[in-house]
This record gives sequence, structure tokens and C-alpha cells, in this order.
Amino acid sequence: MTLWLIIYRSLRQHALSTVVTAASIALACGLLLTVWMVKTQSQAAFTAANAGFDAVLGARGSKLQLVLNALFHLEASPGNLAWSDYEQIRRHPAVKTAIPIAVGDNLRGYRLVGTLPELFAVELAPGRRFELAAGRMFDPLAAEAVAGSFAAAQLGLRPGDTFHPFHGLTFDERNRHAETYTVAGVLAPTNTPADRVIWLPLAGVQTIGGHDPRAATDVSAVLIQLRAPTAGFMLDMMYNKQGNRLTFAYPVGAIIAELFNKIGWFDRVLELVAYLVALVAAGAVLASIYNSMSARQRDIAILRALGARRRTIFGAVLGEAVAIGVLGALAGLVVYAGLFSAVAGIIREQTGVVLTVMAWHPALALAPLGMIALCGLGGVVPAFKAYRVPVADTLAPQS
Amino acid sequence: MLEVTDLRKSFPTPDGSRVEVVRVAAFHLAAGAQCALRGESGSGKTTFLHLIAGLLAADRGRVALGAEIMTDLPESRRDRLRAAKIGYIFQTFNLLQGHTVLENVLLGMGFGPRGADAAHARELLDRVGLSHRLRHFPRQLSTGQQQRVAVARALANRPALVLADEPTGNLDPRHGHEALGLIREVCRENGAALLLVSHDEQALGHFEDVQDFAALNRPGTEVRP
Repeated sequence: MTLWLIIYRSLRQHALSTVVTAASIALACGLLLTVWMVKTQSQAAFTAANAGFDAVLGARGSKLQLVLNALFHLEASPGNLAWSDYEQIRRHPAVKTAIPIAVGDNLRGYRLVGTLPELFAVELAPGRRFELAAGRMFDPLAAEAVAGSFAAAQLGLRPGDTFHPFHGLTFDERNRHAETYTVAGVLAPTNTPADRVIWLPLAGVQTIGGHDPRAATDVSAVLIQLRAPTAGFMLDMMYNKQGNRLTFAYPVGAIIAELFNKIGWFDRVLELVAYLVALVAAGAVLASIYNSMSARQRDIAILRALGARRRTIFGAVLGEAVAIGVLGALAGLVVYAGLFSAVAGIIREQTGVVLTVMAWHPALALAPLGMIALCGLGGVVPAFKAYRVPVADTLAPQS
Repeated sequence: MLEVTDLRKSFPTPDGSRVEVVRVAAFHLAAGAQCALRGESGSGKTTFLHLIAGLLAADRGRVALGAEIMTDLPESRRDRLRAAKIGYIFQTFNLLQGHTVLENVLLGMGFGPRGADAAHARELLDRVGLSHRLRHFPRQLSTGQQQRVAVARALANRPALVLADEPTGNLDPRHGHEALGLIREVCRENGAALLLVSHDEQALGHFEDVQDFAALNRPGTEVRP
């Protein structure tokens, strides 16, 4: 009780430096957690966000670009492939499902993607399929659309609303198509990039006015489910090594992981910055307590005169450093929640991938504990100074 | 209760030699007795009290508190003995400014074998007339009230010996008079022996047993290392 009382009162007595130091710990802890959690969660989310497909077939080009375009609805399409290519892979005995998509238009920046109704029957993840939140599925022969949840919310689309598509993937008011589409339904959130898409019938996108009539049957990519994983390597050989016209992107997870490897240096720089901030914060604990030691010498000597042992004084100062660490670490979790939510919001808006602030990861315990330990370490030097306070010299001049 | 035998203490000087401050051949204080030592500033009175309290290690000699020999103990055990058996009243009160009145008294017993006892602390503060100031901080009290807190704190661990170092030095004559009366009374009520050092004749006048510290303390002139 006595030790806690000394620690508590010392924190109160130096409230300003306690708050400032704990705030720097909180910032360091929050930053460290955010960098770590955004990195691990986004990597896991992006590599898992394959919308239920094993591979993508597209025009010759970068596999990464193809996957980003067809599954994440980012980047431009590397080109088109002929309907016969689609037919060929659809009939391949190793292929379970093959669904074509066509891109090239947008509605106020949100992509319009043409496809077949079969897409919505595919399992996005085990046991999870697209579901309608309102309205019905589009009629493949009509000028109708089904909006992803995020796009519908952002654009205020409801069943029965009409819109004109805009040419290209970037919104430009001057590129408005004459066709009018009616929103038939709105999908329930899937927490995948599909939430940012407005889906149209494939034929509608292919034949929209202003597109090259010679490419009216072309598709942008084919999304593929395989019967067995080994078939992917066979098709990889067939399209990528033996052929030179098309690209077969497989496996999707590995291709996205490659992207993270390429930008891994950026993660490491961010991590390094966070570690440096943590070290500086621990240094702040050391400096703030150490600097107050001169002013506290008399209090320490009084406590010693009352019977406190040197190790009790050492423990009190160390305990104070740890208490600042605990306060900072707790506040750090709040900082993390705020920072992470902000970053997750941006990622969701840009990609449709959802990161969860409440998702458990051992780093959520290890980073605060590490910060507390670092603060304790920062408290050792001032604690040792307190340990060595000469009682008789400090208490009173000799008479 | 307190037996001092051939107690010596010297301090180093800047030129490398040592100057002896305390050399007390013998001093005795019975349990529950009250004694005052008269001495001028710089005569080594505070050092003498620090040696008795175990705040300083003696060069040689013996300080016995009952059956326990303070001068034979290592520092940590001297601390424990002080927490158990000695109460200390300082000239400047030496209250912990960041702690309330009640907490100051609780800390006076917190390091002892019985631990902090809030009921006893309240009782003592009531005895010195401060039961209405428990949650006040020292800066919110008058100097007289601060001295009374210091008295309550010194008695908090139920000490066998109370050492008072110029306890009225910072008080005006009226408050000094009151404080001394209180210290003597409370020590008597608690069965604690009291050893007071002062150069103030008015303070010394309260005691029946007054000894001249200069007669007790005969330090050597200079000691070569």
C-alpha cells in the first residue's frame, strides 16, 4: 500500500510531465500497433480476397495487373480477349466455372462491370455468397444493374433509380453514354472489393454505344474456378509458357503476396519509424523522471528517514516509470483504434477491402507490454539515482 | 533504552584529511525518559542524532537501542530498526508536500513492522488537534499545524525513542512553547523516550534534564587518513 501511495502521489505531483510522457508513449504504442496491424491485416485480406476464384485469364501482360483489375477492380485492364478464348477455357475439363467480365465504363468513378448472373452464385468464401439487400437480380437481356453496397450507399442508388454510364474508368462528365440503365437491386455488403462495383449484364457493356463494334463480343477477363489445384499449373504452362497471346494468373494469393513483397521496404521503413518513436518515448520517460530527481531528493531522504530502504525507493521510482508506461499503453490502444479506423476507412474507400479494428492479434498485447517494459528500462537510471541519494546530507545542514 | 558508547564520526575535507565531528564517550537515556541537549550551531548535534537513528554509519563506537545494536547493523537493517523503533522530528518539519496530512502520518508507519494503520493515524492527528485537516496538503497549513503533523508522524510507528532536532527553530515563541508541550505530552502518553537537541534556551527551559552537548562531545582536532 505504501509503495502504491508513493507512486500515485508522485504521478499526481508531476501531473503535467506524467501526462506529456504518457501521451508520447501512447502515440508510439498506437503508431506501432497501427503499422503492424494494417500491414498484417491488409496482407491477409488482400491475399484472401479472391472472390472465390482460383485464377484469372486475360490479355497478355502483367499477372498482377490482371488480378488487380479483374478481382480488386483497381488498375486498367491489360486488354481484351476474344469470346472464343472464353469458350475454350470454359470447356476445358480442368475448369469448374469460368465467368467473363467486361470493364471500361464508370458511374461517377465507381466501376461498371459487365458479367453473367452466374457470378452471383459463386461462393465468395466457404458458405458466403452474394445476397440482395433490396430489389432483385438484373435481367441479363435488359438495361438493368445491380449495385454493390458501398457504391450504392455513396451514390445514393436504390432499386428503380436510373443512370447513364460514363465512358472510361475515370469519371469525366463529357464522356456520358446515351444508354439509360435502371437499378434492379442493391447487394448486401460482402466486405470485398465487389462492394464498390455496379454490375451490369455482360451484353449490355459489350454493346454500349461508343465502344468499338469490332470488339462487341470481347471480354476483359475470365474468372476461373478449377476442379483441382494441380490443374492451375497445367493451365499456367499452356497459356504462359507455350502460348504468347494470353496471360493465366494463378494462384491469385501468391500474385498478391508478390505485390506485398515488392512494397515490403515501405512497411519496413514505417516499422523502423515506429520503433524509433517507441525508443524516443522510453527516453522521454527516462528524461522526465531523471530531471525531476534533483527536486525529489528531499522527499526521498525524508522517506529514508522514515525507514524506507534503498530498494523500496528504487522500486518506487521504477514503479512510477512502469505506471507511466501502463497509462501510455492503455491510451495507446485508444490511439490505435482511432488511427486504425482512419486508415481502414481509406483502404475500404479505395479498394473495398475491409480491415477490422477489433480483430485479435498477439501484437495487440505484445506491443503495449513491450512499451511498458521499455518504460521500466527507462526508469532504471533515475531509480538508481534515487537509490543513491545521501540521506543525512540531503535532510539538513549539520549543526 | 538508549546506550551510546565511544561513538565517533569524522568527515573528509577537500584537502584529503578528515575532521572529527562527534566523539561521545558515553550517553544514556532510560526508557520513557526525556532529555534535552544544549549545543550551538555546528557543534555536531544533528550528526549525533543521525548516528543514533542509523542515518549515518559511525566510524567506531556503539549505539544500542534496547537489545539491538544499531552500529553493528548493515544499512538495510538499520533502516528497518529505525522504522520500527525511532520517530524523528526535524527543525524544518520535512513533511512530504505531495501527500496529505493523513498520508504523511501513514507513511510514518508504513515502513515499520505493523504497517500503515489508518485508525491509529487518525487517532494521533485527533490528539494533535488536526482531525479536521486530514485531507489538507502541508502547504495549506500554518507552520504550527505543520509541526503538529510532524509530531503525529514521529509517533505514528509507536516508537520507543523520539529524536527531535531543533523542533521549535522555525516557530515563533508562542507556537514553539505549544509545540514543545505537545511533543513532551504525546511522548509521555505513548511511553516513548525523547531526546531533543537545541540551542534555544526557551525550548531547553521545558526540560528537567538538560545536558551540555559540548561536555558530552569531545571531537579530536584533525584526523589524518
